[in-house]
Amino acid sequence: MPEYSKERIESLIDGTIPFDDAKDMMSAYKDSDRFDKYREILQERAAWDDTILLPLTDHLYVVNNGNDRVTKCDCGHEFGDYRDNWKHEALINVRDSRQDLQEIYPKAMHSDPEWMVLREYFCPGCKTQLEVEAVPPGYPIVFDFRPYIDDFYEDWLGRKAPDKQ
Amino acid sequence: MPPQQDQLNDRVRTEQERINEKIGTNEGIGWNGESVREMLETAENQYEETGHCYGIEELQLKNETPIEYEKIFSQLRGGLVNARETALNISASPIVKEIGELSFMLYTPEGDSVALSTGIIVHVHTTSDAIKWMIRHDYEDNPGIEPGDIFCNNDPHIGDVHNTDVQTIVPVFWEGELIAWAAGVTHEVDIGASSPGGDPVGPTSRYDDGFDIPAMKIGENDRLNADYEKRAEMGVRTPELWKLDERCRLAGCHMVRDAVHSLIEEEGVDTYKQFVREVIEDGRRDFKQRIKELTVPGRYQAPTFTDVPLEGEQGLPKRSANNDMMHAPLEVEIESDGSFELDFDGSDAQGEHVFNCTPSALQGAIWVLLTQTIIPNDKINDGAYYATETSAPDGAWCNPDTVRAATADAWHFLRPSLSGMIRSLSRSFNARGYVEEMASSYGDTANYFQGEGTDMFGQPFATLNFELSSQGFGARGFTDGFDAAYAMWNPEADLGEVEVWELLEPALYLGRTLKPNSAGMGKYRGGSAFESVRMAWGTDELYLQNNGNALAFNSPGMFGGYPSSTGYIHNVRDTDMEERIENRDKYPVRDGTPEDSQMFDLVEGEDRQFEERGTSLLEEYDERDLYLSVNRGGAGLGDPLERSVELIEEDLNEEHVQQKYAERVYGTHVKEVGDGEYEVDPEKTASKRDRIREQRGEEAIPVDEWLEQRREDVVEGNFIPVVKKTYNESLELSDEWDDHFRSFWDLPADFTFEMED
Repeated sequence: MPEYSKERIESLIDGTIPFDDAKDMMSAYKDSDRFDKYREILQERAAWDDTILLPLTDHLYVVNNGNDRVTKCDCGHEFGDYRDNWKHEALINVRDSRQDLQEIYPKAMHSDPEWMVLREYFCPGCKTQLEVEAVPPGYPIVFDFRPYIDDFYEDWLGRKAPDKQ
Repeated sequence: MPPQQDQLNDRVRTEQERINEKIGTNEGIGWNGESVREMLETAENQYEETGHCYGIEELQLKNETPIEYEKIFSQLRGGLVNARETALNISASPIVKEIGELSFMLYTPEGDSVALSTGIIVHVHTTSDAIKWMIRHDYEDNPGIEPGDIFCNNDPHIGDVHNTDVQTIVPVFWEGELIAWAAGVTHEVDIGASSPGGDPVGPTSRYDDGFDIPAMKIGENDRLNADYEKRAEMGVRTPELWKLDERCRLAGCHMVRDAVHSLIEEEGVDTYKQFVREVIEDGRRDFKQRIKELTVPGRYQAPTFTDVPLEGEQGLPKRSANNDMMHAPLEVEIESDGSFELDFDGSDAQGEHVFNCTPSALQGAIWVLLTQTIIPNDKINDGAYYATETSAPDGAWCNPDTVRAATADAWHFLRPSLSGMIRSLSRSFNARGYVEEMASSYGDTANYFQGEGTDMFGQPFATLNFELSSQGFGARGFTDGFDAAYAMWNPEADLGEVEVWELLEPALYLGRTLKPNSAGMGKYRGGSAFESVRMAWGTDELYLQNNGNALAFNSPGMFGGYPSSTGYIHNVRDTDMEERIENRDKYPVRDGTPEDSQMFDLVEGEDRQFEERGTSLLEEYDERDLYLSVNRGGAGLGDPLERSVELIEEDLNEEHVQQKYAERVYGTHVKEVGDGEYEVDPEKTASKRDRIREQRGEEAIPVDEWLEQRREDVVEGNFIPVVKKTYNESLELSDEWDDHFRSFWDLPADFTFEMED
């Protein structure tokens, strides 16, 4: 079973890893301590002290803020209970005209906005573009990922989640 | 003894004699005198009662003799790969011989897959469906299952993705018992459908789909029946390629049969029997274990859509000449016991078009993707099938409630619909820290050169150009996607040589190049697509179709990355190419983008076809007319404002992105420093990015406010008919999705969209 240094995992997170090294990691058996090292790195890098329970995206985490388990951006903005879709607490911009779509795509290389629009979701804190949905107008907001945190820790990792230890 | 039996090897002849001895007795061809149907029913009951394949609680062979266990697997796998690598040389079809679009598989007597070769691993389970269908329909009694028999299937309603994937299936006997099935699949260039090719756009019902072989016995004594061969020869547009592909599959199956016989001679039949069952239970456990190792339990949503813009299309019946849109509302549920469920609840209805797919086809597409994500290293067989669940409403595009539904181009919906599974898995890989496994999605396969006519030798021809198996791949978690090198649904990853395609198709390549702005933008961009400009040459008659998404994005990004671009149609007829060639004037070797297009600038034509849609039926081309294959890029990952200036400079200088889009979307300050050479100013870029972030804050609005504004559009139905039609179909087919949609928008219980006549 391989083990990788913290530096190697950091280079993967930062996108500075040489492709051949990443390819070796893809071809090998998985390192079982990855999650712990990864979480440790992310926790060290966080600008706040709340306990990271699980990364959701490259900017969003489920954390325990001392009172509740919430979705939190690395800028510190909180989106509320992680079991609710964080997008409802985000800012949104909808590209629903040819003019708006042609800021991103050349003519004829984008959707017909009557068939499909782009919805951009931003963090109200740092204004990072967190997700882009490509859906027909009128489509309900998509809840991308609702993790089962305690099942993950207790049934798969064999221990309580960090905020329950 | 009939003369043809002289061609049988001793083993098969001996087995025929043993089976003949059973005639008139009550003994079946299964193990211990059972019929195969009894064996299948027993296995199904054992799984239902114990949750283990064949009721196996303990992997005795694996635990007690692990090295022998691995050796047996390697021998079987080696036999299958050897069969593939040898047999493909019998074929003359470039799809099979150049691209490698074939595979061989080994099954238990009950039809569960034990192991498979490399190649189109789509068929790990589809052929299993076909074998089980034959067993359930009592083929043991009629038409009989005997040593030397050859069966063939290409019917997706029985077990296949689409009928152009043709399966040859050969029973393998040992001492009077059916011990295994060997099977091989190739993808055909043409299937004799109402329009040409291997992914025809023209069919509107099963009866247009082409040559149908619904699990038939097509040969005995290791020889193909002459009447079947004649029927096939007259049933497809490419009879010579068909015949060689058929021999390729049959030769490979016989090699697999020989490998099984050799293994049994070496290890003994009891060990073989124990192994093939244990290895499937092992595969089931392995899959669940891999789910627990790589993912996070939870619920993942990842809908995808594809447009079918056929309203008013000439040559289609009235019921089919309509716009349609695929809705694939994929939800993935991973439970703490490692179970993996794919739910297509909320899908829209089957259509009067050729893009429907059967549950067997859905399994095929799921497996080709899972073998590249969850189980790339382990023993791939039907054990993994038993570890997963898939559901879709009756009457949905992915679960038609009638065999009438056309499915010959099922891939057109399958490819995008399952990109959501890749995005969902990637979210879990990110959560676990396995960033190297992430992919935002994959580029769809379009728009490919497919048609018929006469070739430069004056002969009738039909083609499906398989350069389509190299598209832009989605952005990774740590780097950009591969450029024009990979189609995840078809992982042979080879465009084929231009010169080979030019030998088979009466059209020269004027150019095959990467296409700017085709990749989805993001912190990491998707892989760029390629495009091919073809010029009809040496032909009296050429008909080609177009097929690909254009009015809807179907490869969405993730973490703030954008979808890859859509396609379009750009073909030019009655051109001035003859004059340009004679005068040595410039001519188009690419299109570029429609805003900066060589096809517009460097060729004149009386009939220019430029359309924002991407799909059309067959259209005529004459000598020196131009046809553009616009392929697709991969989706982006991450906020584009976080892309490094070094990567953006590379993008500009290698023409992956044009300057104005790099400036607007990546927020860069770009300066041209030479002819087509660019530099990005890091400091000015940082300031510009700050301004864009401020602008986002000023222009974007809180989601709840936006929902309040937009609810009225839903209540009043302010959408075009095809959108309302799609929603209505989803609401009608699923109570659960109906509840979801109505509760989201706070609509009355009887809500549906009113449709104009």
